[in-house]
Formats: sequence, structure tokens, C-alpha cells
Amino acid sequence: MEPSAPLAIRVPAPRDVGATSTIIEIEDFNFSYGAKQALFDVNLKLDARRVTAFIGPSGCGKTTLLRCLNRMNDLIDGTVINGGRIRIHGVDINGPEVDAIELRKRVGMVFQKSNPFPKSIYENVIYGLRIQGVGSKSRLDEIVEKSLRGAALWDEVKDRLHESGVGLSGGQQQRLCIARAIAVQPEVILMDEPCSALDPIATAKVEELIHDLKKDYTIIIVTHSMQQAARVSDKTAFFYLGRLVEYDDTQTIFMNPANPQTEAYVSGRFG
Amino acid sequence: MSTEPMPDFPPHMKRFFDAELETFRTHLITMGETSIRQVREAIKALVDGDIALAKKVVAADDELDQLEIKIDEEAVRYMSLRAPIATELRMVIVGMKASHDLERVGDEAVSIAKRAVRLAAEPPLKPYVDIPRMTTMALEMLRDALDCFLHIDTEKAVAVIRRDEQVDQLNKQLYRELTSFMVENPGNISRAIELMFISKSIERIADHATNIAEEMIYLAKGKDVRHDDAVKKGVSNP
Repeated sequence: MEPSAPLAIRVPAPRDVGATSTIIEIEDFNFSYGAKQALFDVNLKLDARRVTAFIGPSGCGKTTLLRCLNRMNDLIDGTVINGGRIRIHGVDINGPEVDAIELRKRVGMVFQKSNPFPKSIYENVIYGLRIQGVGSKSRLDEIVEKSLRGAALWDEVKDRLHESGVGLSGGQQQRLCIARAIAVQPEVILMDEPCSALDPIATAKVEELIHDLKKDYTIIIVTHSMQQAARVSDKTAFFYLGRLVEYDDTQTIFMNPANPQTEAYVSGRFG
Repeated sequence: MSTEPMPDFPPHMKRFFDAELETFRTHLITMGETSIRQVREAIKALVDGDIALAKKVVAADDELDQLEIKIDEEAVRYMSLRAPIATELRMVIVGMKASHDLERVGDEAVSIAKRAVRLAAEPPLKPYVDIPRMTTMALEMLRDALDCFLHIDTEKAVAVIRRDEQVDQLNKQLYRELTSFMVENPGNISRAIELMFISKSIERIADHATNIAEEMIYLAKGKDVRHDDAVKKGVSNP
């Protein structure tokens, strides 16, 4: 891939397996949709190349926070950050020097409903690169294969790369969207309930993929499935009514949480 | 963490399968009551030389065996269908382990009852004082340990663990005393050996009570205190 414009947040992180380092710091973060405050004083440090799950009942702010991490909420009228900051590699992502488009190249997103473009599988994967102006056919071919392999989809689609992406099954479409997200080589991948529309087999494939991807990417996943959070994440943050209630190793959250309300939620006793 | 006060949480929801966990708990308590009754009756049969009661104890052991199987089935079903986690998962695991301990308590009761039948054929070697006393101690430990399953009380559970040593001491004391009876008169040997085994059975019952108490601490705190001498000796608390 052609090197993209140097950006303040691009700091080469150590890639040795096992080491953890904080990549995202959320400090006293407050956020509102107009008059309605959605997040209150959230403090969180997210580890690089780990999977962090955000859990909590509907309306607890987990998706809002996820969308703040790549400034997707900029696109909604009336949203206000009324306190605190989010830093990635120490840089305030809402600072004046940070370009939201550049940020989103670094912090990719996969949505609840798979949203392939009405284009071929090949064009779907390289969409972001086309926009960036990458033209070399051999380079694009290479990235398509690498991304589709990375998204565990290559073997299923390698003979029909020029067929429409919309013709794939739901699970394949979601993995195509993941391939599209990783084609631009982000550092962080945000996933907003990526398996909620998938059957158990497709879900298992996406979970397997998440587990593989964390070798290279920092993944933050919003999920309503407690079992999914337990299976795929290293750390879990539980939110309720816009506040972070508990954040700890997933094992602790599911085996012996400190807060009885966390236990009630993960046991399905409320929410 | 947030400096804002946390909002009120909604009341805990009653789930349609909570009754299954209640049934599981009830079966374990029934098993506890049954095993205590069995030990008490076995010792009564020994002290009174009541062969009919001893035989009743032997026959009733099947109740405990069936309850153990039922508890295991319920636990596996609950884990498979309800995917319990945290305290609830520990409850199911601890229930399975405790039921195994209680089944073994039942086996000790049967062993005592069988020896009581044999001992009833001869005059008592000595008045039965220490054995009923040890039994009372062991059964109080067992009851206290099981109480923690109903009302979580880790202090009570720790106290049970620390009482085990007293029963061990009584067992050793009785062992020495019975050995001297054997030395005095070889005619005492068979009865003394039977009593030594009975004493050992009671000591084992206290060990099972200790196991259950340790399991209750695991249930309450998620902390495994087995083989933790500091907890046993009162040097540290879990």
C-alpha cells in the first residue's frame, strides 16, 4: 500500500506477542445528543492488540462511545462533547490537527448490519484504497487476497471475485465488510454487534476471525451476547445509563465481578 | 471511575428458571439432613446395641445415592441449558462437590452401622462417651457448613475449618486409649479395632464437613482455600 500521509497518531507500536500497551485513553469523557447527555465521566484505557467488549443494556451508551472513537458521531447534528477527551497514542482525536477522515483510516468500523456496496467482491475490498488513489493492479490484487484471507473469506470467494458482494450470504457479507475494513490497514477495528444478524455458524466464523485479528489489530466490540463477550474478549467494560460501572479482565467480569450489578447483568437478571 | 453518583439499578428480574436452582439447592439440603440423620442413627445403634436401627441405616443409604445422582443430573442440565456464570456457576459446581462429600458421609454412617451390628454381639469394651462426643462435634461442623449454603456466612465456614483439628485430636486420643486396651488383653482386640474404625469414620465425617466449608468459601468469594494452612490455623482469613 502507498504510505498514507503521516499522521500524528501513527506511532509504530511494538508487535511482540503478549505485551500489552495502552492505545486508547478515554478520560472524564462526557457526550450529549443535544440536551440529552449520553455519556457521563467515562474513564477507560484500552489495550493495544487485545479485544475489549463493551456490554450493557440498550441505551447505556456503549455504541455511542464506540462511535466516538472514530468520530462517527461528527456526522450527527447536535452532538456535543461536553467534557473530557479521547486520546489515541496520546493524541486527542478531537484536536484541531486531527482530520476525521484520516482518523477513520486508522480506526475502522464494522456495523451491525453488513453493508457491502453494490459492487463486486473485489471492488468492495479495495473501495477505500481506490478513494486513496491506489491504482497499481498487482498491488490491489495483493491487498484483496491478503484482506480476504485475513477475513477468512478467501477460500470461499476466490473464484468469483468479480461477482456482486450483495450476492453473498449474511455471514460472508459481514466477513467481506471486515476484509474491507482491514484493507486500509487500520490499527483499531470497531465492531458494533457484528454477529447480531448472523446464524451460529457464521457467528463462530466471525468470532474465530476476531480471535485471529487481534494479533495485528486492536478490536473493540459492542455485543448484546454475554457468551460472545466471554468467548472473544480479553477485557470487558459494563455500562449502565451512560456510566461505566465496571471494567476488568473478561475472566473477572464473568467469574467474579466486583460490582453486584455487573453480576446481575451478565447473569441475565436485569437489562 | 465516574465521580457522578451511579444511577439506581432496576430490581433484579425473576427468571423463569430460578425455580430450578431452588430445587437444586433444596435437594442438597435434603441430602445434608439425610446424611446427618444417618450418622446420628448409626451412633445411636452403636450406643444402644440396636441391631434393627443399624440395619435401617444400611438400607437407607440408597436415598443418599439417589440424591447424589439427581443433583449431578440437575447440575449438568442447568449448566447445559442455562449457561450460569459467576456466583451461579460456582453454586452449581459447589453443589456437585458438596453432594459427593455428603454421599461419602452416608457411606461412613453405613460403615459405623455395620460395625455396630458386630459390636452388639459382645459387651461394650468401655462406656461410649468419646465417640458420641466426637460425633456431636463432627455433625455440628457439618450442619454449620451446610447452613452457609442457605445463608452465605464465610466466618462460620472458616470456624468449621478450624474446628477440624479438635476432632482429629479426639481421634488420636481414642486411638491411643484403644491401643492400651489391646495391650492389656488380647480379648479386647477385635472390639478395639472396630471402635478405632468407627472413630476414624467420625474423623472422616469432620473432614467432609471441612471440605464443604471450603467449598462454601469458594461459593461466596470465588477463592479456593483448600490446602491453605494459613486459613486452617487462623493465621489469615480468606
